[in-house]
Amino acid sequence: MHEIGIANSVLDAVRAERRRFPARHIYKVGVRIGELAGVDPDAMSFCFEALVRGTELEPLALEIEFCARRYQCRSCGRSYAAPKEDLACPDCGVRDSQFLGGDELELAYLEVEDGTRATRA
Amino acid sequence: MERVPLERKVLSENDRIAASLGARFAAANILCLNLISSPGSGKTSLLERTLESFDRRERVAVLTGDIQTENDARRLARFGFPVRQITTGGTCHLDARMIERALLDWRLEDLDLLMIENVGNLVCPSSYDLGESAKIVVLSVTEGEDKPLKYPSIFHKSELLILNKIDLLPYVPFDVVAAEANARSIHRDMDIVRVSCQTREGMAEWLSWLDRKRKVSRAAAAAC
Ligand SMILES: Nc1nc2c(ncn2[C@@H]2O[C@H](COP(=O)(O)OP(=O)(O)OP(=O)(O)O)[C@@H](O)[C@H]2O)c(=O)[nH]1
Ligand SMILES: [Mg+2]
Ligand SMILES: [Zn+2]
Repeated sequence: MHEIGIANSVLDAVRAERRRFPARHIYKVGVRIGELAGVDPDAMSFCFEALVRGTELEPLALEIEFCARRYQCRSCGRSYAAPKEDLACPDCGVRDSQFLGGDELELAYLEVEDGTRATRA
Repeated sequence: MERVPLERKVLSENDRIAASLGARFAAANILCLNLISSPGSGKTSLLERTLESFDRRERVAVLTGDIQTENDARRLARFGFPVRQITTGGTCHLDARMIERALLDWRLEDLDLLMIENVGNLVCPSSYDLGESAKIVVLSVTEGEDKPLKYPSIFHKSELLILNKIDLLPYVPFDVVAAEANARSIHRDMDIVRVSCQTREGMAEWLSWLDRKRKVSRAAAAAC
């Protein structure tokens, strides 16, 4: 549903970045999507491809890094990725963990054609 | 090929506008709440029950989002508080720019509570911050107790779960305890209030949650 809007925001960012690399093609954009981001990776890839097709951005691939929910146990200190139904610590079974991550919706990196080094914006 | 790190939010533009709205709400001493649920869980009904409980002098306003129609704004306007409908014309969520636009000709200094009813949708609205002080998720007992596990994002991001339509519990196989445990497996410290907008059961508890929030927000404003 809203993955089309999210994919569009990714492409806006890519378009903006192209100005930093005028003579070089951007081949790939890496995005981090957390399990709690409310964004479906498959729908996102589908929308992304549809939006890129036939534009000046082609060829442009999307690489999604899916990030599980991560917690740290306040009792024993262990960090772990939690399964859906239960956030209890897998070591000591205590349900008192601090949320570490898993809601990210982030632009991670671009892969850009080699060339003379671009100046950072 | 050279890999160039980006490291920023995909929705940084929305986040920027949301942050500026949040700052304006804080400056005007406003508590802003973003109500999110599936279509028909009872967001407008909850707002009706809430507005009817307020004294007319309360400085309260409502923005209500829908894909089509002004029905919800009409239902809410009869309580005498400022209400504005945002029709998104197809978009399945409200975003910060829509809120900014809807508030253009409102004097924020005249308000201290702004409630936003998001478009009925349990997924998409969770990605778009609106500058709110808190998100509230409404789940009704006809939707199934597994919904927090299926739609974890909104339960993770909401401070309060309102479990609505509890008057229907005798008629539907809904395990309240399991629903609440599921919600807390996603969001351990989530507040939960059980209500019926039909019989008004639980309304006092919701109103006292709201009152507590308003006091905290006033105290924070007084401190700075
Ligand atoms: N039995 C019962 N019905 C309710 C309760 N709360 C709401 N309803 C009914 O549920 C239906 C939908 O309620 P709304 O308040 O319009 O729900 P909504 O979340 O605002 O819906 P959208 O804005 O379309 O997403 C209406 O027919 C309400 O009368 C409740 O506590 N008990
Ligand atoms: Mg409604
Ligand atoms: Zn542990």
